[in-house]
Amino acid sequence: MAFKPVILWTDALIYLLVAVIIAFILYARGKEPLRAPWRQVGRSGMAMASLVVLLAYVGIGLLDSIHFQQALQNDTKGAQTHYSSDVTSVLDIVLQPLREHVEKTYSAPFATHLYSKETMEGVDGKTIRDYPRLKYGGAFLHDPERDRWPDIMSTAGVALLQGIGLWSVVAALLAGILALRHRRGMGQIIGDMIGGRMALPWHVILVTVGILMLLGTLGADLGVKYHVFGTDKVGQDVLYQSLKSIRTGLVIGTLTTLVMLPFAVLLGIMAGYFRGWVDDVIQYIYTTLNSIPGVLLIAAAILTLQVFMQTHPEMFDIIAYRADMRLLFLCIILGITSWTGLCRLLRGETLKLSEIDYIQAASAFGVGHFRIIVRHILPNVMHIVLISVVLDFSGLVLAEAVLSYVGVGVDPTMNSWGNMINAARLEMARDPVVWWSLLSAFVLMFVLVLAANLFSDAVRDAFDPRLRKQ
Amino acid sequence: MLTYIVKRVLYAIPILIGVNLITFILFFVVNSPDNMARMQLGMKRVTPEAIQLWKHDHGYDKPLLYNGEAAGLDKVTDTIFYTKSLTLFAFRFGAADDGRDIGYDIRQRMWPSLAIAVPVFIIGILANITFALFIAFFRATYIDLWGVVLCVILMSISGLFYIIGGQYLVGKLLQLVPISGYQGGVDAFKFVVLPVLIGIIGGIGSGTRWYRTIFLEEMGKDYVRTARAKGLAEPMVLFRHVLKNGMIPILTGAVVVLPLLFMGSLISESFFGIPGLGSYTIDAINSQDFGIVRAMVFLGSVLYIVGLVLTDISYTLVDPRVRLG
Repeated sequence: MAFKPVILWTDALIYLLVAVIIAFILYARGKEPLRAPWRQVGRSGMAMASLVVLLAYVGIGLLDSIHFQQALQNDTKGAQTHYSSDVTSVLDIVLQPLREHVEKTYSAPFATHLYSKETMEGVDGKTIRDYPRLKYGGAFLHDPERDRWPDIMSTAGVALLQGIGLWSVVAALLAGILALRHRRGMGQIIGDMIGGRMALPWHVILVTVGILMLLGTLGADLGVKYHVFGTDKVGQDVLYQSLKSIRTGLVIGTLTTLVMLPFAVLLGIMAGYFRGWVDDVIQYIYTTLNSIPGVLLIAAAILTLQVFMQTHPEMFDIIAYRADMRLLFLCIILGITSWTGLCRLLRGETLKLSEIDYIQAASAFGVGHFRIIVRHILPNVMHIVLISVVLDFSGLVLAEAVLSYVGVGVDPTMNSWGNMINAARLEMARDPVVWWSLLSAFVLMFVLVLAANLFSDAVRDAFDPRLRKQ
Repeated sequence: MLTYIVKRVLYAIPILIGVNLITFILFFVVNSPDNMARMQLGMKRVTPEAIQLWKHDHGYDKPLLYNGEAAGLDKVTDTIFYTKSLTLFAFRFGAADDGRDIGYDIRQRMWPSLAIAVPVFIIGILANITFALFIAFFRATYIDLWGVVLCVILMSISGLFYIIGGQYLVGKLLQLVPISGYQGGVDAFKFVVLPVLIGIIGGIGSGTRWYRTIFLEEMGKDYVRTARAKGLAEPMVLFRHVLKNGMIPILTGAVVVLPLLFMGSLISESFFGIPGLGSYTIDAINSQDFGIVRAMVFLGSVLYIVGLVLTDISYTLVDPRVRLG
């Protein structure tokens, strides 16, 4: 089928971010001082397990960042192909069955019947009120009461076996590659891996990968037959929603930093290096911004954006564009409210650095301001930048949920954990409680934030010179 | 001391002017009052007369900065900037879109906000310091390791989860307290206890970890070694020396948020239906009442600056070495 690629603004920025990270890795490969702290991060089992989980999230998020419009079917030959106004991503194609299995309304995880009663025509022609069967969830079962659990168990069993099989292949491949690289026997390498005697804690990494793979195969096998996490108010699969929300969370967590970083670094270093009136002006700017309560500034900015969008509907003809613009704008506004902390840290560090001999020497030799900043100061404050970037990430992911609840978060049409929580919150008063949307949003968010927190702790321990001494 | 305070207050003026300008630009320059009127009246099929009437009723039918038609001093005062933005400095907030006086509402709603925020603040700090001292006492043992892991887990859970989970568990399953609502007087207790509890639990993870780092940093210093060398028992070292010397960073974190307690907690107030300033702000955001949002932004900035000054003054109280000049 024909398709037309679509690059949303946030997509472009994500590609840029990935390119920057790859460039940095290539650059740092040959430089020992840059590699040493990372090696320390690599030795920590907790950090590597977190990294694997983070990479799994990032993988899903990247799949969801390749967008295109599918061509509509048209019978007349030679006519111009028209493209659907829906923007789909690669992840949507991967999750096709989940996306298309839309029920009428709520249904519990693994349910075969709808959550609410409906009037139906019985077998003998009389109208009865009962819970109707789901269109997709367990629809193939003849007698759901009897067959459901055995079927779930056997499917899960098969999925477990698949997962273990897949994992063994990956583990064997890895051991083979390592054996070739270290020019040692397979058996020795496997023994070292289990005993944790390698440079990286491979046993921890492999266990984490294994758990993720098992979860993946379980989700894939069961997700096709049932609604693993149930369905929401309009009958959409909750698992699909929570996976789609990953991209939103990651975009907020990373792009916000990407947007604010140039300002924070430039202004912070300038304030600390030039001092005098430059310092005064920059300090004035960040104290002013800092003194406005963050949530209120965000609310004010998003409200004005809403007014702008409603008065200029012609600029946002496709819903996805509108939602994307709002997401990007939210990142920018979050960036504006959160760069001040980093700026202040950088100013302090630069003040300290510019008194140190090598910078005094450089300026005595007549090296220009620009060169001193780029060659001498910037590399020596990079650890502060890195630490604050990784520390901010988890806070931003959590902030998204709160902001969406307040009504100033991402677009209501966009999949996000905040929107899921917000929608499900209103159903808490129902009896029996509709808990599955809430729980799956919270669990996915929790895993991401926990992994990010653990990883950032390891990064901080490795890069912070104050901690390294101890 | 007095000269210092005067200096700081004078320094606050340009900052408040900056805040005022930012809100003015956001609310009146980026969005013209016409757009606001159209939002309030419904987007489509609004007659220009209706917009004019709305603007007149709410006092937006004036030029932004300079009124050429007026006479004398009114050239400057009969403008939106003067009537809507500058009056904030006198704490005259004007009327909300539904005609109520914003200043009166703020004074009324301040008390429920304080009833929640003050206990959360005080009990929260005490709990965090206690846990942090406990963990620091057992530093480099399994209690320390798992204590920190528990803190990281607690701080990785979304604040919304604590609220929703707490409401469901305590309010719905156990039926110990009402799920939401508020009443003045003695009855307030049963409405306030759950939000306070949840506020404390929600902050315990990050708080404990933050204080633990402070205490561990202090414990590496020479005076602690001296105290131990002269044979002081460890609890004595912790409470008499480390806690006292840790007061400066503790105050830095605590005093700044003190004035912001007025603002209430945005999220939990609206979840628990408490008529405080937090829910006031959220309602204003949802009904797009710009007047209230503007007033709260200004009030928040003023309180933040007050907090900064209070922090500096409190340093002199706990550390005699600090002199303000």
